[in-house]
Amino acid sequence: MSTVTSARERKAGPAVKPPASSTEARSASVLSTLRRQWRRTLLVAVVLLWVVLWAVLHGTQTLEIGGADKTDVHLWLNSVRDAFDSARTNSAFFEYVVQPITDGVNGLVTFLQSLFSQGTATRPVPQVGWLGVVALLAWLTFTFAGIRSMILVAVCVLLFGFFGYWQQSIDTLIVTFVTVVLCAVVGLPLGIWMARSKRASSVLTPVLDLMQTLPSFAYLAPLALVFGIGPAAAIVTTIIYSLPPLVRITEHGIRNVSPTTLEAVTSMGGTAWQTLVKVQLPMARRTIVVGINQCTMAALSMATIAALINGPGLGQPVLQSLQSLDVGGAFVSGLAIVLMAVMLDRTTTAASERSVVAARFQKRSRSGLMPGPKRRVTIVTIGAVLAGVAVYLSHSYLALAQFPASPDLGSPLASAVSNATQWVVNTFAGFTGWLKDTVTAALVDPLQSLLAQAPWWVMVIVLLGVALALGGLRAAAVTVVCEAVILGTGLWNESMKTLATTLVATLLVIVAAMALGVWMGRSKIVDSAIRPILDALQTIPSFVYLVPALALFGPTRFTAIIAAFCYGVPIATKLVADGIRGVSPVTVEASESMGTTSWQMISKVQLPMSRSAVVLAANQGLLYVLSMVVVGGLVGGGGLGYLVVAGFSQSQLFGKGLAAGIAITALGVMLDRITKYTAARLGRD
Amino acid sequence: MKKWIDKRGGAGRLKNSALAAVFMTGLLGLTACGGDISAAGSSGGASGAAAACGTFNVAVNPWVGYEADAYVVGTVAKQKLGCTVNYKTLKEEVAWQGFGSGEVDTVLENWGHPELTDKYITKDKTAVDAGQTGNTGVIGWFVPPWMAKQYPDITDYKNLNKYADLFKTSESGGKGQLLDGDPSYVTNDEALVKNLNLNFKVVYAGSEPALIQAFRQAEQNHTPLIGYFYEPQWFLNEVPLVKVNLPAYTAGCDADAAKVACDYPKYDLNKIVSSKFASSGSPAYKLVKNFNWTNADQNAVAGYIAKDNMSPEAAAKKWIDANPDKVAAWLK
Repeated sequence: MSTVTSARERKAGPAVKPPASSTEARSASVLSTLRRQWRRTLLVAVVLLWVVLWAVLHGTQTLEIGGADKTDVHLWLNSVRDAFDSARTNSAFFEYVVQPITDGVNGLVTFLQSLFSQGTATRPVPQVGWLGVVALLAWLTFTFAGIRSMILVAVCVLLFGFFGYWQQSIDTLIVTFVTVVLCAVVGLPLGIWMARSKRASSVLTPVLDLMQTLPSFAYLAPLALVFGIGPAAAIVTTIIYSLPPLVRITEHGIRNVSPTTLEAVTSMGGTAWQTLVKVQLPMARRTIVVGINQCTMAALSMATIAALINGPGLGQPVLQSLQSLDVGGAFVSGLAIVLMAVMLDRTTTAASERSVVAARFQKRSRSGLMPGPKRRVTIVTIGAVLAGVAVYLSHSYLALAQFPASPDLGSPLASAVSNATQWVVNTFAGFTGWLKDTVTAALVDPLQSLLAQAPWWVMVIVLLGVALALGGLRAAAVTVVCEAVILGTGLWNESMKTLATTLVATLLVIVAAMALGVWMGRSKIVDSAIRPILDALQTIPSFVYLVPALALFGPTRFTAIIAAFCYGVPIATKLVADGIRGVSPVTVEASESMGTTSWQMISKVQLPMSRSAVVLAANQGLLYVLSMVVVGGLVGGGGLGYLVVAGFSQSQLFGKGLAAGIAITALGVMLDRITKYTAARLGRD
Repeated sequence: MKKWIDKRGGAGRLKNSALAAVFMTGLLGLTACGGDISAAGSSGGASGAAAACGTFNVAVNPWVGYEADAYVVGTVAKQKLGCTVNYKTLKEEVAWQGFGSGEVDTVLENWGHPELTDKYITKDKTAVDAGQTGNTGVIGWFVPPWMAKQYPDITDYKNLNKYADLFKTSESGGKGQLLDGDPSYVTNDEALVKNLNLNFKVVYAGSEPALIQAFRQAEQNHTPLIGYFYEPQWFLNEVPLVKVNLPAYTAGCDADAAKVACDYPKYDLNKIVSSKFASSGSPAYKLVKNFNWTNADQNAVAGYIAKDNMSPEAAAKKWIDANPDKVAAWLK
């Protein structure tokens, strides 16, 4: 799911063609046309070779291995795990490094829980009851983000309670808070270091890639081995996934501070430290806040996974509902996660906007021009006192400590959703069955046969050729390395099966994103109607819609494709819409004045001009789809995803599961680089 | 615009003093006594017994039948013994890991798991067997009831090839589909299909919800389905799946995983506790050791949870209130 950064980087790049008026530019464009034709020829040749060789050799040398078979690599990974397990009891590292960290994090979370969310052995309710928590959160948002955010937070937090998930919601807030604080402590220095040192950046980038694309299922069990069963392991899991966006965005922000400013500071004799603290950090502040915001969203998206190793919070009811196929229950707890994402997103954004304004003001106020108004001071102080009183009351009175059981909005909503789902399933089951069979027969099966039934060396050459033709030499170099890694995991055949479903899902994502994105990009009203739905689809845990998807499509590869589709469409659509909107209005007006129809406008002007945005959308859509491979494994997707799930469930398959996780990462990096270099090239042309 | 900026600036400068103010007030609130909570605390539970039992960490493996076991035992421990019960949602693998560190005291429904038994009971000695739960685990191939009615001879494996065409799906590549579920369960299905010369392909649903949903749809829409299933399982109360007879199990017929050609053995499900917990003298240990009930009991509680959407606590309480003598026997 990398990366928000790349999106921002690309957007910064030139989107509009430079005018090619001089002879120099003209000859360059002739050359580039030639080059493009060379690429096209290569692509056609590769595909022809592929089809011919497949026709002759299919079914041979596919490197297929049986469900319970293990290669030496898998056994070796198992033995590493076992060595780890036995080292745990008598190693100084575990005793003096890991254990204190574990105890520290567990202690902190337990302390915060006893303050805000859970009772202890001596006290049946937390120290601060619901009223106090609501008042405190409202006061904090009012002070840092303003009255609108305050209302949003108060409403959301009360809804958590009325949904019946008060304690779990506050637990999720606590876990997210601790995670983000730890991420900031580790991630900000890392990002700064990467911005200042090219070498650090090139060493750490692949590590961040790995952290973001290695499915967490693959390392969940060993993490629980190292950090024990409790909040610490859950938080470490979450950090692994949510740290990379923060680091990348911080690096990006600091690196993008204008070089002229930096030169000015250096010429005035500023030291490196002064430059960093007085110039780079303040100027990158907004970007860094975006990083923290993304880190928070990523942390929330791990809530369900963390619940698998008893991570406290809203993930637990989601999983519990899934076990009894309670779609309504899963939906309500999932909705609470969505609301929390919306609440945290809007609030941190508002707070960052305000802090920028405040910082600008402070500078001026030092010159004594503007004294602060008394009124606001008074409001904040009164608010503080009120919050204090609420905290005190909720500490002392049971009714204000325990969230009231009524009104109960959760149960009616849950049963309404269950009934609606039931209706949809009963009404559309025939159609969806037909859709599944058609897509599977027309797209999935042929592609899977082409990819997985061809001899492995044919596929190695084909992928390499495609990478070279689309992305150039650098993409081809990455592809070679990734192919070697996949071969090394011993799961070549499964990887090709996964690649087939991934490509089909991505294709569907792109088609949907183009249609929706163009529509949104051309109309503000459509945009504001569709965007919230996309936001919700992006943040709702996929476990929520797995059961209805299963009911409609059965446990099949197509169900896995649908789940991936739901997750990949939002980001791709948003990127296409942004691209369409980014087309210069002058160009649009010019073509309008020439009397082009809407269709001509879209196909001849807007889409071609936002070509690199579309490829970027494909890139992000692809990575999002790939991040759903494991979830797909839970609903009949087979391939690498199923192996990762099996590895988490059965100790003797651990090594194979981890190897499958690594293969997913290699596939991800390969596809990411091919599409990214393609996008960069298209942006240049 | 200018005025608007003014306001924000005021807030910025105020932040610290206001923060301090609320913190002090909060602190005051927490240290002060009064209200009705101290009363609620003492009425909440048998605090005398709590000292004797302390905390009781129950692993909750991710299936509803297990949840029924866990919450019934947990609720009894809480109500009758005054334990502080911590439920920990964990997969089997991870739950067993927790025995050594004391994070898990008991696993209440264990399905065989020879590899885990070998590692943690025999080698590491961090866990011990605490006897049977009284539940019998049956694993096998099942068909939805409508199929058993319409094709009565389908319950004999010898006739399966005759019906293989019925079971074709988009996933099974021209053969009949045999649907397998959650990868945590022991399955010999690929070997069975091969060794019994069946024209079937094993397709992995990937999770229990996927499997249950498939059977539910199959019965509702009268579509053909054959798959791996097991009891005790609450879903069998909703749709009574019919078991297909494979060649009978004889001791040792499953010794070589690649050559298995017989049915699964019946599992006497048992309880596992950590060695530390077993020797701790906790009254909860005695409860775990005595805990014993029937498949029907478990299915009842699991049904309250899964079908009636009751919370696990409420479901456990309902059963406990209805079966006081069974509970009393566990506490002896």
